Amino acid sequence: MFRYVVNKLFYMLVSLFILVSATFFLMKAIPGDPFQSEKKVPPEIRARLFEQYGFDKPLYEQYGKYLVNVLHGDLGISMKHVNQDVTDLIMKTFSASLKLGVVAIIVSIIVGVLLGMLAALYHRKLIDNVAMVLAVLGIAVPSFVLAALLQFFFAFKLHIFRVMGFETPLDYVLPVVALSAQPIAFIARLTRSSMLEVLHADYIKTAKAKGLNWFTIMFRHVIRNGIMPVITYMGPMAANIVTGSVVIEQVFGIGGIGKQFVESITNRDYPLIMGITIFYGVLLMLARFISDLLYVVVDPRVKLSSRKEG
Amino acid sequence: MSLDSNTVKQTAALTPDDFRKLDASEKNAEVIQRESVSAWKDAWQRLVENKVAMGALIVLGLIVIAAIVGPMISKYNYYTNDLLATNQAPSLKDHWFGTDDLGRDMFVRTWMGARISLIVGLVAALIDLLIGVIYGGIMGYFGGRVDEIMNKFSEIIYAIPYLLVTILLLVVFEPSLGTIILALTITGWINMSWIVRGEIMQLKNREFVLASRSMGAGSGRLLFRHLLPNAVGPIIVTLTLSVPNAIFSEAFLSFLGLGVQAPVASLGSMVNDALTGWMYYPWRMLFPAILISVTMLAFNIFGDGLRDALDPKLKK
Repeated sequence: MFRYVVNKLFYMLVSLFILVSATFFLMKAIPGDPFQSEKKVPPEIRARLFEQYGFDKPLYEQYGKYLVNVLHGDLGISMKHVNQDVTDLIMKTFSASLKLGVVAIIVSIIVGVLLGMLAALYHRKLIDNVAMVLAVLGIAVPSFVLAALLQFFFAFKLHIFRVMGFETPLDYVLPVVALSAQPIAFIARLTRSSMLEVLHADYIKTAKAKGLNWFTIMFRHVIRNGIMPVITYMGPMAANIVTGSVVIEQVFGIGGIGKQFVESITNRDYPLIMGITIFYGVLLMLARFISDLLYVVVDPRVKLSSRKEG
Repeated sequence: MSLDSNTVKQTAALTPDDFRKLDASEKNAEVIQRESVSAWKDAWQRLVENKVAMGALIVLGLIVIAAIVGPMISKYNYYTNDLLATNQAPSLKDHWFGTDDLGRDMFVRTWMGARISLIVGLVAALIDLLIGVIYGGIMGYFGGRVDEIMNKFSEIIYAIPYLLVTILLLVVFEPSLGTIILALTITGWINMSWIVRGEIMQLKNREFVLASRSMGAGSGRLLFRHLLPNAVGPIIVTLTLSVPNAIFSEAFLSFLGLGVQAPVASLGSMVNDALTGWMYYPWRMLFPAILISVTMLAFNIFGDGLRDALDPKLKK
């Protein structure tokens, strides 16, 4: 187990290192420099600015310094938000995204698992068909389309919710629905197929044969084993929620990291782009790492060699 | 005739009496009466019987035809602004799908957008296929040390969230159709390579491969004549399902302003453009949004149907 954790951790760090290096060198590859744009800057001031940002140093030295800074959680200074630390900017906007994301994850898991369970229990019946049609729709309809439709009908036409804003609990409803539709669909499909498998397993027949009641069979055996694959979906789900939130925050005007990210790209605020990229990278890789570990902890049948889904 | 009589006869000399002339009724005895059903025909048969999948295929066909023909049959083009006719509602006699905020005809733009989205999806999927098959083929075929190193490499790349890499690349290199496809494929091939690897590892120990090898077939022949053709099923399914992914990714990039640049439009960028003020001009959002959803739906359903048809074991 220890070896497995260390191994996974090592490869995660390698991937992270590549991401950080890639951000650095790609940003350096952009022609021109940040002080080129607006008006002519006298050469002396230019040199001074270069010195302040360390651009006068050789590339390897800048790179080394950047790596050290990133390790310390210092992601540099934003270029558009004057004198603001990128780390501060990220932390300031993170809380809104975190709230939205956590609620969406909880809703996705509960609704997804329930839907999948119902579909499996009523296999080939009406509920199953309805659930699977919903699942296909959830996977196919892009979150931004769903968000826009929800906003149009429930906020603009029916006035049930506010069109924009993110303060009252009611404001959570539309963004959360739009954000969790796709994860719900995936989780429902996963749960359904694994539950179907479990329902036909020998140990369930044994449990029935020895006369256990329905509830015990369901809760002690079927559900426990049936939701195992959902854990493997945690990594992709985190990615899904993050990508989704970028768009959803835009549509509903929520001041989270996603919105910040879009703005940083439109403004070409390179340190901020780099910072958020690294932040997202760490977040998503951690989610995958944790889901890998959880899976081994929960299911002792999994071999500890490097497992691969896909 | 039985074996015994044969062996007995062999000891004595054969006489003309031992031979008997066949009559016409026995002439075709060894011709196979029923047409042989190849695995492909079998799969096709199953696919045709799957009404939902066939429906999806027909819808896809219609979308492709409309994307090709649509822009041709209108008197408008996708890039000319008409500031006297901005945000027009759809009407049957003039702008069928209405116009956008610059007075461009939405009917033409929607189908041009579909064209771009389909091109991005298909080309990205095909490049993934090419790289994935070569990389995965080598991994699976050679195995051992080669496989270990190549597999570790792909796992490390795969662990980096691919949209982040795509975004970074497009921030640095100006977004155009070419760079978008390139950025999408830079990590997109990995899934395909794992599928191919898994298939080849299973196949390479089978008897028909051994037979071919013992007759002196080289690695190239084994890989391209025997192993890959037998792995085509899962490859096609993965290919079909990766098209909507690429279309969705491009739409997502449009949201960041990193999709195809105006006046060229993709379905995703049109939805994004329509977001400002679409409450008042819903058609600007509706047509591209419906089309992108239907396209993705059709690809997903058809891909699922294809998987069921090619590998009935998997069907649940």
